[in-house]
Amino acid sequence: MAEFTLPANSVIKQGKLFKAADGATNIKRFVVYRYDPHSGENPRTDTYEVDLDTCGPMVLDALLKIKDEMDATLSLRRSCREGICGSCSMNIDGGNTLACTQSISAIKGDVKVYPLPHQPVVKDLVSDLTNFYAQYASVEPWMKTDTATPPDRERLQSREDREKLDGLYECILCACCSTACPSYWWNSDRYLGPAALLNAYRWIVDSRDEATGERLDDLEDPFKLYRCHTIMNCTKVCPKGLNPAQAIAETKKLLVQRKI
Amino acid sequence: MTDLRSPLSRVKGLGSAKDGTSHFWHQRLTSLLMVPLVLWIGFSLAAMPVDHATLTSWIQQTWITVTLVLLIIVTFYHAQLGLQVIIEDYVSSHSRRMLILLLSNLSCLLLGVIGVVSVLKISFGA
Repeated sequence: MAEFTLPANSVIKQGKLFKAADGATNIKRFVVYRYDPHSGENPRTDTYEVDLDTCGPMVLDALLKIKDEMDATLSLRRSCREGICGSCSMNIDGGNTLACTQSISAIKGDVKVYPLPHQPVVKDLVSDLTNFYAQYASVEPWMKTDTATPPDRERLQSREDREKLDGLYECILCACCSTACPSYWWNSDRYLGPAALLNAYRWIVDSRDEATGERLDDLEDPFKLYRCHTIMNCTKVCPKGLNPAQAIAETKKLLVQRKI
Repeated sequence: MTDLRSPLSRVKGLGSAKDGTSHFWHQRLTSLLMVPLVLWIGFSLAAMPVDHATLTSWIQQTWITVTLVLLIIVTFYHAQLGLQVIIEDYVSSHSRRMLILLLSNLSCLLLGVIGVVSVLKISFGA
């Protein structure tokens, strides 16, 4: 059954305070979740006073400043720093987003930084997304055809059909949506989650794909697809402005359509 | 026991049940039907003097009997579908989920049958 209290070794303790250098005037406090599963210690939140006068505008800038200048033990993933790789997804100020596109000035009060919710923590802000990536692989995100590729040119697609992929192909698999979904929190072992379902729909509506029926067959399941209850946290948090809830609703409509 | 299966094998699990669309569709259809039915029962009861004789003679009219039986069937079918979703969401143990689902489905069936039989008994004046 559901558990309503945290296990004793998961309770988050108060951690250390890292003061800003003397003379800093424009200080913002970052409260950051710290956890090392190998240490045997409980998770804790460390507080870092960051001097914004010597820091870039985004939360990722501050986290890298902390790692470079204040506490080298902080672990996080990052790569492109411009919202296209999806590596620095985390929970900032209570919502999942990319640290690199979240501006510090948009956050009132202390900046609370946690890893993505309800995933195993590898260390600090680094989540274990093994299950999430396997779910993406399970929807077989590549073109499947029986008709051979024309020898002299690529497979053609009308402009109208190409436009159906807009709002779907841009997904960067940052996992902000899936890990914001309560249904995914309770049933991620069987529910595919908004990211995998949006990508499944991206191939279902591709006019060049010839496995539409099989793709729908694979999704038609009380858990894989129908755990979506249109809560819409996915759409609310997507840092790319995509709408996974709509993609899921369209998939459900197609499943009803082929029955009647 | 260590689970040495690959993450993809675990996600694929037992495959798709090829089921769930009828459940989803019936839940939407019954909720649509319930909008006029619930409004009708609410307004009808509010407009009626509260005494036994008026109520029984009202129920005995053919169309009222038919609509009441329809309301009861639709309501309990919708309740059964909705409760199933909640139980599947929150009860993670497979055996416990099966047991609670059985109990919930049986309760909805029983309450629905009691409702229908009650209306029919009044309607046929037994």
